[in-house]
Amino acid sequence: MSSLLSFTILGIFSGAAYAIAASGLVLTYTTTRVFNIAHGAFGMVLSFVFWDFSQRQGLPTWLSLILVLFVVAPAFGFFVQRVMTRGLGEAPVAVSLVVTVGLFVGLIGLAQQIWPPESRSLPFFFPESGVQIGEVYVTAHQLITIALSIVVAAGLYVLLNRTRVGTAMRASVDNPELLKLYGGKPSQVAALSWAIGSSLAALAGILLTPVIGLDYFELTLLVISAYAAAMLGRLKSLPLTFVGAMGLGLLQSYAVAYLPSEGAFAGVRAVVPALFLFVVIVAMPQAQLRIGQVKGIVSAPVPTLQRSIGWGLSLIVAMAIVTLALSDANLLLAGTAATYAMVMLSLVLLTGYGGHVSLAQFTFAGVGALAYAKLDSPNLLGLLLAALVAAGVGALVALPVLRLTGLYLALSTLAFGVLMDKLVFQASFAFGFNGSLPAEPMSVLGIAITEPRVYVLVMVIFFVLMAVGLLALRRGRLGRVLIAMRDSPAACGTLGLDMRWFRVALFGISAGMAGLAGALFAGLRGTIAATDFQLFASLPLLLLAVVCGVTSVTGAAAGGIFLMMLPVLQSNYPGLAGLAFAVIGFGAVALGRDPNGLANLGFKLGNRIRALVGPQLGSILPDRSGQGGARRRSGRDAEPEESLDVSDESYATSGVGAQEEVISGGSARG
Amino acid sequence: MALLEVDDVVVQFGGVTAVDHASFTVEPGQITGLIGPNGAGKTTCFNVITGLQKPTKGHVRFAGKDITSLPVHRRSRRGMARTFQRLEAFGSLTVRENVKVALDIHRGAKGLLQRSATDVDELLERVGVAIYADERADSVPTGAARLLELARCLAGDPKLLLLDEPSSGLDESETDAFGELLQELTREGKAILMVEHDMDLVMGVCDDIHVLDFGKVIASGKPADIRTNPAVQKAYLGYSDVDEVDGVSARELVDETRTDLTPVGVGVGDDAPTTTIPPVQEDLR
Repeated sequence: MSSLLSFTILGIFSGAAYAIAASGLVLTYTTTRVFNIAHGAFGMVLSFVFWDFSQRQGLPTWLSLILVLFVVAPAFGFFVQRVMTRGLGEAPVAVSLVVTVGLFVGLIGLAQQIWPPESRSLPFFFPESGVQIGEVYVTAHQLITIALSIVVAAGLYVLLNRTRVGTAMRASVDNPELLKLYGGKPSQVAALSWAIGSSLAALAGILLTPVIGLDYFELTLLVISAYAAAMLGRLKSLPLTFVGAMGLGLLQSYAVAYLPSEGAFAGVRAVVPALFLFVVIVAMPQAQLRIGQVKGIVSAPVPTLQRSIGWGLSLIVAMAIVTLALSDANLLLAGTAATYAMVMLSLVLLTGYGGHVSLAQFTFAGVGALAYAKLDSPNLLGLLLAALVAAGVGALVALPVLRLTGLYLALSTLAFGVLMDKLVFQASFAFGFNGSLPAEPMSVLGIAITEPRVYVLVMVIFFVLMAVGLLALRRGRLGRVLIAMRDSPAACGTLGLDMRWFRVALFGISAGMAGLAGALFAGLRGTIAATDFQLFASLPLLLLAVVCGVTSVTGAAAGGIFLMMLPVLQSNYPGLAGLAFAVIGFGAVALGRDPNGLANLGFKLGNRIRALVGPQLGSILPDRSGQGGARRRSGRDAEPEESLDVSDESYATSGVGAQEEVISGGSARG
Repeated sequence: MALLEVDDVVVQFGGVTAVDHASFTVEPGQITGLIGPNGAGKTTCFNVITGLQKPTKGHVRFAGKDITSLPVHRRSRRGMARTFQRLEAFGSLTVRENVKVALDIHRGAKGLLQRSATDVDELLERVGVAIYADERADSVPTGAARLLELARCLAGDPKLLLLDEPSSGLDESETDAFGELLQELTREGKAILMVEHDMDLVMGVCDDIHVLDFGKVIASGKPADIRTNPAVQKAYLGYSDVDEVDGVSARELVDETRTDLTPVGVGVGDDAPTTTIPPVQEDLR
């Protein structure tokens, strides 16, 4: 009986901390429509700052706390809103997700750079004090946390309902433009809410650090609990958010207490928040289609079939020559780059063309690799089956959230990634706990490809095949519909398109592409482990894909190479390991608003050069003569692919100028 | 029998009632106008009819069948299509591709096997945006983008067209051509329900008009009746014909200065916040 009580108190303690974090998340989301994926990273960095003040510099605890909560955290939140996330609320969800994921990764990198890994700890508040309640001892730290959550709840209630600025905050939820007309200042309201949100993240982080340790990742992923709680309140209701947080805290505590620590359920204890998040998202009511045009975003040119085949063949030939000069270690790196590039191609389909964000694309690659190793038939059939398994899993992830879009779909991939990381990949039927699996190199038509150089070339061929296929899809009817769905779901719906199955198929195909890459990677490496496909690796993947250009195949190829170089750089210059993440993260914050990325800048530059030297060149080369191969030309039917990128300078940053409007309270009339 | 029946529909957003027990019908082969001051609930009605907004209460019937609980795409497949007040063109695609997508969606899986490019250009020609065919939809003028949305609707050969402020962004001659196009469409048997602020156009082409104010249908009838209806004038102008000053009716005074019944002090649409306060207001006091 006493154990039940003590676990209940433990649960309420965690729940209180989650509630504090989650209410900050809800506050920033409702006032600015930006879902801050990096909310946990805020808490993590600010907990480190608190540690720095109180432990390293030896300031008194109370002073450090006041400095962090009332000076550093608000200033940080204010700065982030003003400089990085301003105006994101009107951008497509995919853009605001990428920018906040950039913050997430950038902040982890920054923390690693400033506070290099070593063991650190924060003591509990008043470690010696506590209260005996019956047979249960409640520490002062727990009591303080619970009390603070009540203070936060009351404070937010008073702020929102009893103050002028709170009224302005609620008004800006509904209609920032209208608020402006009535003399309110939505930008100040937004900055204020981010300042408060940041303080709340800091408070939650500081309260939980003594329990879970001062760890970059654990503290950051803590945010999943906050997401889950906030989702229960549908990102709107603070009372429901508190209920969700408490429920989650208790559930987690009871899971630790009563689920067996051995066997199949062992992993479940670690994934209670992710499971909770998944269940809450699945139970969300049907989302209404968003109305309000998002300005066209995809502006990377689509090459003709002949051109893409030409480039593909050149790439294969070039790699055939380059690989001659590479050592085995470097061949492994080249193969890794090809793997990453293929996974990025799957993001071109999903994010670039489809407008959906997956935060766990490497997990799908892991599923493919696992299936390949388990099937143990290292040939083209085994490869295909592995890809199909990954595709099936991808479709399954999208299936429960069939009715939902954007943010919820992305968060469900995050929950899925955590589940796979901590539950499935670690299980004995998969890689096993900290285990690995052997994988045979693939054989084609009965000939095993054991020579690394040939294997790498096979991977490059697969990349080219996937890229050519993807571009063919993009040029065709399906590709057009895909882009249309991205630009205006409401118009597609009213034109009679049932988008739900499209979305599932899109997720499935994209996951299958990632799975194929994973399976090839398994054959390349020979041994694979769960650590090769960690959830966290998916985030830099997404960011680099966007920075390099997630709307084009060229961007995927460049992104693959960059991502491969990341660990190489980090091992060569260990002192700058964190900085590399910080650069990628903040690079994505800066460039994430234009998903056409660096690749498109390259295309534009190329066009300018072509415009200068084109006339002379045109007389020598028969340019674009083979278009008829791709399509029967009937005069007017020829699609003006080139014209897409001639005039695209005006759209390059158009993600920012997008208007969108959710039919809800705000646009009640008219 | 009416093609479309909106029956006692109520839409509430929190405490605000956007549509308040509205009932009206659209007859086949006719142009029906849905007018009213900004914020009267016109676009919300469109959203309810097309399924983008669940009504709090009430029913929508189309061709005799209750469609209130059908999802958006299935309503469309029964033969209705709409344009949007806030543009919903596929910005990353060209104007021609926009219409192609609509055709592809309309033809469904079977259509993937067929090929016909002529329809697309005919449609573009018909609504008058052929000159923009190869431009990206997010780079054409507002008026052209609205016409593009109409072309996209026509690709599905709907029985009912719902047009939300289709003429805003068109100049006078373009509006005239547009009016003729609408009448031509009705001769082909299509019904049109149109939200519109250009009163010359509404009065000129509509067979029936319903007037919404604060979510309620305050008047229904022929253009001539609506023009002289005191409740309508009051809703639009804040006063009606009945208040005569020195033997001159407010209506006549207004006619001297402006031809369209732009709601007092409120912008038209969302892109042109022109504040037009009729000068007569001073004289009346």
